[in-house]
Amino acid sequence: MGDAYIFDAVRTPRGKGKKDGSLYEIKPIDLLTTLFHALKERNDLDTSGVDDVVIGCVSAIGEQGADIARVAALYSGWDETIPGVTLNRFCASGLEAVNLAAMKIMSGVEDIIVAGGVESMSRIPIGSDGGAWVEDPRVNDTLSFIPQGVSADLIATIEGFSREDVDAFAVSSQKKAAKARKDGRFKSIIPVKDINGKVVLDHDEFIRENTTLETLAKLKPSFQFPGDMGFDATAKRKYPHVEKIDHVHHAGNSSGIVDGAALLLIGSREAGEAMGLKPRAKIRSLAVVGTEPTIMLTGPVPSTRKALKRAGLSINDIDLFEINEAFAAVVLKAQRDLEIDPDRVNVNGGAIAMGHPLGATGAIILGILLDELEEQNKELGLCTLCVGAGMGIATIVERV
Amino acid sequence: MSIKYEKDSQNIATLTFDKPGSPVNLVDALLVETLFKHLDSLESDSSLTGIIITSNKKDFLAGADIDRLYAIKDTDEAVFMVDAFKKALRRLETLGKPVAAAMNGSALGGGYELALACHRRICMDNPKIEIGFPEVTLGILPAGGGTQRFPRLIGVQKGLPYLMEGKRIRPEEALKNGLVDELASDRDDLIKKAVQWIKDNPEAKQPWDSDNFRWPGGDPKSPNMVQMWAIAPSFANKKTYGNYPAVKNILSSVYEGGQVDFETGCRIESKYFAELAAGKTSKNMINTFWYQLNGIKKGKSRPDGFEKYSVKKVGILGAGMMGSGIAYVSALAGIDVVLKDVDMKTAEKGRAHSAELLNKRVSRGKMTEEKKGEILSRIKATGKAQDLDGCDLVIEAVFEDRNLKAEVTAEAEKYMLPDGVFASNTSTLPITGLAEKSGRPQQFIGLHFFSPVHRMPLVEIIVGKKTGKETLAKAFDYVLQIKKTPIVVNDSRGFYTSRVFRTYTMEGLGLLTEGQDPATIEAASLKAGMPIGPLAVSDEVSLSLMLHISEQTKKDLEEEGVKMPDVPGMKLVERMVNEYERAGKKAGKGFYDYPEKGEKRLWPGLWDLYPARGKQYSQEEMIDRILFVQVLETIRCYEEKVLTTTADANIGSIFGWGFPPFKGGTLQFVNDYGVKEFLNRSKELADEYGERFNPPELLVKMADKNEKFE
Repeated sequence: MGDAYIFDAVRTPRGKGKKDGSLYEIKPIDLLTTLFHALKERNDLDTSGVDDVVIGCVSAIGEQGADIARVAALYSGWDETIPGVTLNRFCASGLEAVNLAAMKIMSGVEDIIVAGGVESMSRIPIGSDGGAWVEDPRVNDTLSFIPQGVSADLIATIEGFSREDVDAFAVSSQKKAAKARKDGRFKSIIPVKDINGKVVLDHDEFIRENTTLETLAKLKPSFQFPGDMGFDATAKRKYPHVEKIDHVHHAGNSSGIVDGAALLLIGSREAGEAMGLKPRAKIRSLAVVGTEPTIMLTGPVPSTRKALKRAGLSINDIDLFEINEAFAAVVLKAQRDLEIDPDRVNVNGGAIAMGHPLGATGAIILGILLDELEEQNKELGLCTLCVGAGMGIATIVERV
Repeated sequence: MSIKYEKDSQNIATLTFDKPGSPVNLVDALLVETLFKHLDSLESDSSLTGIIITSNKKDFLAGADIDRLYAIKDTDEAVFMVDAFKKALRRLETLGKPVAAAMNGSALGGGYELALACHRRICMDNPKIEIGFPEVTLGILPAGGGTQRFPRLIGVQKGLPYLMEGKRIRPEEALKNGLVDELASDRDDLIKKAVQWIKDNPEAKQPWDSDNFRWPGGDPKSPNMVQMWAIAPSFANKKTYGNYPAVKNILSSVYEGGQVDFETGCRIESKYFAELAAGKTSKNMINTFWYQLNGIKKGKSRPDGFEKYSVKKVGILGAGMMGSGIAYVSALAGIDVVLKDVDMKTAEKGRAHSAELLNKRVSRGKMTEEKKGEILSRIKATGKAQDLDGCDLVIEAVFEDRNLKAEVTAEAEKYMLPDGVFASNTSTLPITGLAEKSGRPQQFIGLHFFSPVHRMPLVEIIVGKKTGKETLAKAFDYVLQIKKTPIVVNDSRGFYTSRVFRTYTMEGLGLLTEGQDPATIEAASLKAGMPIGPLAVSDEVSLSLMLHISEQTKKDLEEEGVKMPDVPGMKLVERMVNEYERAGKKAGKGFYDYPEKGEKRLWPGLWDLYPARGKQYSQEEMIDRILFVQVLETIRCYEEKVLTTTADANIGSIFGWGFPPFKGGTLQFVNDYGVKEFLNRSKELADEYGERFNPPELLVKMADKNEKFE
């Protein structure tokens, strides 16, 4: 089996995913177009050498619908011989796109792939695509559906994470992100410009660097109400030893709603060399798992273990981790179960500070991980996310 | 003919439902068949200008033919049955002429579905009229297009509660919420309004048949509805624990029917109906809540040969929680009440309880000030026994103490009518023993009320050894008079309900002593269908009271030369009360802590008291133990003739202590499980957990002979 290499990684800044967010006026296709242009320019790429485009997008409806991967590549002026596929593995979509690209390369079927993700949550709100899991009462009932926030609170309750614990984690994410932004750590950001070439956004605007335990303490739990309406009862039927769910998560310690996109250029060493591309890292291994869907967000641990096993590595071999900050409790649990030193996790902050543009996040944090490995001159990095409906994903990269 | 046809000078046809030889109209085979015949001629009548549908009975149409429903054997038969009715309704609403329902009385279930297939619903403004879908209470769903037309008429979100909860409403509210279009003052007005509407609307069409149909309150397919659909099952299951397939199927029928056109929705509805109608839960519920409950109300357990009796003046001894509750329900039923306690002040406190309950009714607009005054004036509070003069029924509700009860019995018998009935509201002391202190034991009986009296529907009538038949007949009539449901049992320690209920709490507490997780025990019980977990309900009852009763029983048994067997759950109660001073909810601490602010939480000390050890049982195992122990004790009651009818056993278990209604009660549980299967599972449980699960001889015989509890 061949090896897959990452040649380049670019991303947009993350804009606040509401009407007052900078990227609200930017169409999702233009988030991608910005990156297609950048990728071509930065690598002086002959696009006819690209075999496929794989894009993750969770709510692939409306202007994100109709296979945005193919349409965005065409619209960006890339060669019409490049096909495109849009995929959805919920929050793992961006990383899944990378993994699928890697598998295409490893299998030898294809040589150069563009992989990434996009989500404009301000324009296509989360949940817009409905789905049998959520809205079909019979399916919902059979699978004991609860919203992710209640799942996160369930994790915190079972693990005994207090409100102070999750808030402290959130404060630290903000501080790390603010410092990283100040220090210019986010090197892969491509500014988003309007039709006249004016910069609309060139930095992650969601960060609230003045966040403290005191400011967070004022926030009301976001999932108390839906919990009381019936979701807590559903969670407790599934976890009968839980007497009461402690609702500790709120807007300040959960991932932010933002807009953003990311693309990576992936290929075999030979094909890359032929196109004049220099590999930055090798994809060592990758894994996806299914877990219990009601608690839903416990996938990072088994997917990490599976990826480590396939790579023949142990947790201590990994220099840096990116564990997506969907909710504070998710990362706290993963750190604890995997016995990871917190100083090696999300060293530049995470989605609590910068936001989680669903379909793009996996690709974004993989790029951030790569930049940081280079910055610190370290070798191995692991990127993992919890995923809707009870899944987990992990990818291990090694600098070359 | 079950439908009368008339046509007036304006060419308006009136179809009047009038089932021969029956006080009510039913959606039965005859009605559907007759409807088809009329449709044939109406469809070919070119001079026709419109149709009015009404009835000659008190009700418009009371609903489905339950006998036919109960007899359904498989899903094909069920689909066939409802599809015929559906087809008739569809032809009616698409006949091309305006159709008005002139609802002269209650329209329930299939009756209201027929009204929904009319283009206009005009209802008589009579507060006795009820409108709604009671199907869910019998474990089925409205399958005459009800789950399709109704949400299309008033909206999904507005419509679901009616379909899923089976609530019935009065015409005024029905008008306000869009269930009917117009109210009429009397029968003439009703027909006049129908005629006028037909004249004004020659082109009437159902909204869902119009090209520009829009769902009121939002299209079920629209993204705006996702949040509602997402929580709907959790919201419903919060109360039902997923134990009611009808609730689930109603949601599915409305949701799935909303994704497709009306006619396809109707087909989907029939399939969801059929699954329910051929399934066990609806059979359990129809058996118990229709046949057996009706049997009880018709007096199946009442001795024949005595004229129906009506109590005129009831004396109640003891104005505590039970006494004041009994006073309230009696006064509400129009009976004069003498509420006696040790002194006037204490008795007045009991009377104030009624005032409080009546005030609530008035403030909710359910009663007038005047009516309240009238009811309250029927209750006379007193401290004097002489005031019992002329009472034809006296009920004592004093503290559970034999000597005290003997004293008040003698005192009352001095003043009450010589042929009156004396009843004890004891929940634990055998009636036969109490009757020994009475001067006329043949007129002495037990009337076991449940707390809170105004809400609990059951009264357990206990027949002592010497209780006369006439006394039983009178007591039975009194229970019906106060609008409660009577079951009749023979005297035994704990009678039926307390005796079996005790096995539930003891089994739950026993699980705790075996090192099982307390929260898990409570959750398993709720999942089993019990309304409240064994730890929580023990706190409610009060652990000190449980201990008191147990000690009393132990003493009694010792006097009879019997040693009371050790029960682990009772040992736990003893420890809780004596060692930890946690006597229950009233004391502010029991198995739960009861903080002044916020909800109760399990006492953390429980986990240290019996630390988790050995194997933790699966939820299924816990559920079997919790339910089987109750069912087996019920079978013993039946075997010992404490119970004499299956109906009393089933209704008593559901209304008395909340045994899962979807199982149809404690004895129906065995039928549902399969008698042989139940016997085998009991043996397994007995091997594993002890002799309380040993199957009674009666059960073994029934399994042998392949008999069920009928």
